[in-house]
Amino acid sequence: MQVSMTVNGSEVSGDVEPRTLLVHFIRENLRLTGTHVGCETSYCGACTIHVDGTPVKSCTMLAVQANGANITTVEGLADGDNLHPVQEGFWERHGLQCGFCTPGMIMSASALLAENDNPSEDEIRHGIEGNLCRCTGYHNIVRSIEYAAAKMRGEEPAPPDWTQDFEGATA
Amino acid sequence: MTTTSTSAMGGIVRRKEDPALIAGKGRYVDDIKLNGEAAAVFVRSPFAHAKINSIDTSAATAMDGVLAVYTAEDTRHLGDLLAQVAVGSLRPLLADGAVHHAGEAVAMVVAENAYIAKDAADAVMVDYDPLPAVVDMKDAVKDEIKAHEDAESNVLLTWYSHDWWPGVFELEDHRPAIAAAKERDDVVVVSQEMTNQRLIPVAIEPRAVLADYNSGYGRVNVWSSSQIPHALAGAIAKTFGMTSHDVHVVAPEVGGGFGAKLNVYPDEMLVVFASKELSRPVRWTETRREAAYSTIQGRGWVGTATITGTKDGEILGYELDAIADMGAYSQNFTVAIPVLGLYVAQGQYNVPLAWQITCVHTNTQTTDAYRGAGRPEAIYYVERIIDMYAAAIGMDPADVRKKNFFKKDEFPATTAIGLTMDSGNYEYNLDTLLEDVDYDGLRKMQKDARDEGRYIGIGLSTYVEVCGFAPSVLAEFGFGWDAYGLPTSFSGSGLVRVNPDGSATVIIGTGPSGQGHQTTWAQVVSERLGIPVDAIRVTHGDTFESPTGVGTFGSRSAAVDGAATYEAAEKVRMKAAELVAHMLEASAEDIQFADGGAHVAGSPGHTVTWAEIAEVAYKPHKGPEGLEAGLEAHAVFSPGNATWPFGSHLAVVEVDPGTGDVKILRYVAVDDCGNRINPMIVDGQIHGGIAQGVGQALFEEAIYDENGNLLTGSLVDYPLPTAGDLPAFELGWTNTPTDVNPMGVKGIGEAGTIGSAQTIVNAVVDAVRPLGVTHIDMPLRPRKVWDAIQKARG
Repeated sequence: MQVSMTVNGSEVSGDVEPRTLLVHFIRENLRLTGTHVGCETSYCGACTIHVDGTPVKSCTMLAVQANGANITTVEGLADGDNLHPVQEGFWERHGLQCGFCTPGMIMSASALLAENDNPSEDEIRHGIEGNLCRCTGYHNIVRSIEYAAAKMRGEEPAPPDWTQDFEGATA
Repeated sequence: MTTTSTSAMGGIVRRKEDPALIAGKGRYVDDIKLNGEAAAVFVRSPFAHAKINSIDTSAATAMDGVLAVYTAEDTRHLGDLLAQVAVGSLRPLLADGAVHHAGEAVAMVVAENAYIAKDAADAVMVDYDPLPAVVDMKDAVKDEIKAHEDAESNVLLTWYSHDWWPGVFELEDHRPAIAAAKERDDVVVVSQEMTNQRLIPVAIEPRAVLADYNSGYGRVNVWSSSQIPHALAGAIAKTFGMTSHDVHVVAPEVGGGFGAKLNVYPDEMLVVFASKELSRPVRWTETRREAAYSTIQGRGWVGTATITGTKDGEILGYELDAIADMGAYSQNFTVAIPVLGLYVAQGQYNVPLAWQITCVHTNTQTTDAYRGAGRPEAIYYVERIIDMYAAAIGMDPADVRKKNFFKKDEFPATTAIGLTMDSGNYEYNLDTLLEDVDYDGLRKMQKDARDEGRYIGIGLSTYVEVCGFAPSVLAEFGFGWDAYGLPTSFSGSGLVRVNPDGSATVIIGTGPSGQGHQTTWAQVVSERLGIPVDAIRVTHGDTFESPTGVGTFGSRSAAVDGAATYEAAEKVRMKAAELVAHMLEASAEDIQFADGGAHVAGSPGHTVTWAEIAEVAYKPHKGPEGLEAGLEAHAVFSPGNATWPFGSHLAVVEVDPGTGDVKILRYVAVDDCGNRINPMIVDGQIHGGIAQGVGQALFEEAIYDENGNLLTGSLVDYPLPTAGDLPAFELGWTNTPTDVNPMGVKGIGEAGTIGSAQTIVNAVVDAVRPLGVTHIDMPLRPRKVWDAIQKARG
């Protein structure tokens, strides 16, 4: 079947089997490999993208269902060389380790902040519950999103909470 | 925060890894595409134990787009999967005549793409005769049903603490003394059977492997999501009769490891085989559900811990009698994992020890190293039973711990199994935690809450870890890569090269999966040479780049490969000093390196840049006569001992006795890993480690039914902690450097996991102890906690 859609601002089209998942269309046909596959049950969220502005797990959507949609993947989030505040936050606050869940996490977080640029820690934690991370324990992901929220509000982000300045470490 | 130009060790530096990863430009195995790729899919057994009568591949082979279907008939000549500790039954590459766990690979289909291969796999007809399966490890010990139908016993061996390496350590058997102590009138004996349940590692990136064999070059290129690329290259070379220099293994971005990728796997051999047979690149990518069958699992112990001690808190003996579930086959370290538990069996306590742990085969997936690997199990048992002992004698759990600690002036300290712990300051570390949280205030808050009818619990755990396994002689015990054709100990490798333009390239023998080695190693080299972090590129996970390599596991990388890199950088510095001395007409001893160049001590205005130094190095006619051209050095670092980090963790939880629900109110950790190269990265390692320990304590469990079917193979049934399940972590630290390596660093990758599961369980039991509960086995899901409360209430 023929499908066409807008991905990261470009018109794209392709010929796909009806059973082709959207994530496979994005990864295999478009060779945009930033969107990852971590499970088959839509639990891990590594494949999260924006479809018409809404975060969607692209492993549970068929390519043909996205016909005519406006899609943003992690590759399309930055404005040229200017990182999206959420990307900047993840870099500044060590919000990633292995990086595999990161694109999906960033897409969920950016959608969360588009709705509410001043979320509480609890709102952030529940807002990203659909995205699993096995490396960070989420602590620095939350701090990264708080950093981004502050930037989006035009405020100075809170300083990092690394243990670096603890005194009296050596007996 | 900005990237500091030349950050000394101990500085916060944003990760060099991140720009690609946050932009979706990181390249994991599944993101790499070769021309002419074919896809492999495995046919897996629905039975945990069965005879294979026949396999009919004709319908699958006939399908359009199918290139080949392979069974054991085709691969038997390659031998079993190589295992580093080859005790017990080894795994055939494809099941040969019988299957021994559900999901075992029986055939491999290779087709033009994975969709076709999956369709064809469904068309492979296998005729099985089901056999009785042994699933529970306590049943396995009875030997009524054999996991391997032709084996004499399911029991492989029993590790004893007093006799774990006969001929090397002459150790005292503490059992008679402990038995005598039990007869005394002034002692109590506290005993509890506890399960340390089986877990599934769940790196978010499933494993993937891509192989491209080129008969013209006689070489195979392999990309694998592996923590041990060099060991994999060795194993491929040995299996296919090649030399390791013809096997190029690259571990590109690796999406989490946690021990799951610290193994050589049959699929890695089989895609190489298929690529060789078909003269095409062949790829296999694991699915999430398949990962429960194709990737190792962890933990899986049941045992009774016993403390014999006086009524005022002096421990006279600690015993553990346990069984460990090896699963169906022995792979990389399987049977040695309990030995890693034995290393830290007594925790931080200078007490008589009597451990015995029996390793058994069952008809389940193989177990092996999962984050902590034996050490979380060991610390769980000692830290749970010491809490129960404290409760039994009515003493505060912090005070009981302190009373039995190895004391600061006892280091280096010898453990009951004859090993030497490098450095420790346990009481100071625990006191730091207790002061940070105002422990007395917390206990008062708990009491006030109890008066209001709330069930708050405070859980405490200390731990000691062992990482960067050493000394070299341990290779003879099995901690090396000899079985993969690479006779090595677990030394570190670092190569430092200053390039002709003054930038630096660093090549290391590690295989990280998110630990930030590119950043940390750049800091190490920058501190030695004064070259900015931004001008240093670090390469890892590549067997053609790094002269040797052991990989990343056991919290070893910084303390071993890091130290090797430090020493290589030092060699470069010494040579560069001679060059600069020639350039500035000074003495080499007076040359100092800083701010991207070098100067003569006392004359900071008179400098040369690294580009100028490099030019002289690569144009020998400009340098001192007789000095070899070039500016690079390689070092192999073999530490004289492991490093032994430690720490203290505390959790505050609230239990709803009406539902059994557990809420973590606070989690505080004070870890000591010696000097910290990048504290930001260290914090991140601790955070992630804690989350995995909390996952074991509250949520995770691999459950098999009585027929050996895994009931928790997807993330629907195997819940991982989410952001909403965890609190913000409060971290403190103490610093007790080691003298085992020149940087004074210890490992930190597994510490959080080793410290945390029992911290949560101790807190939950502390909360419901007034209701009569003394122990609940993990995971503490609401139903289990509620059941325990009901049972205690009668």
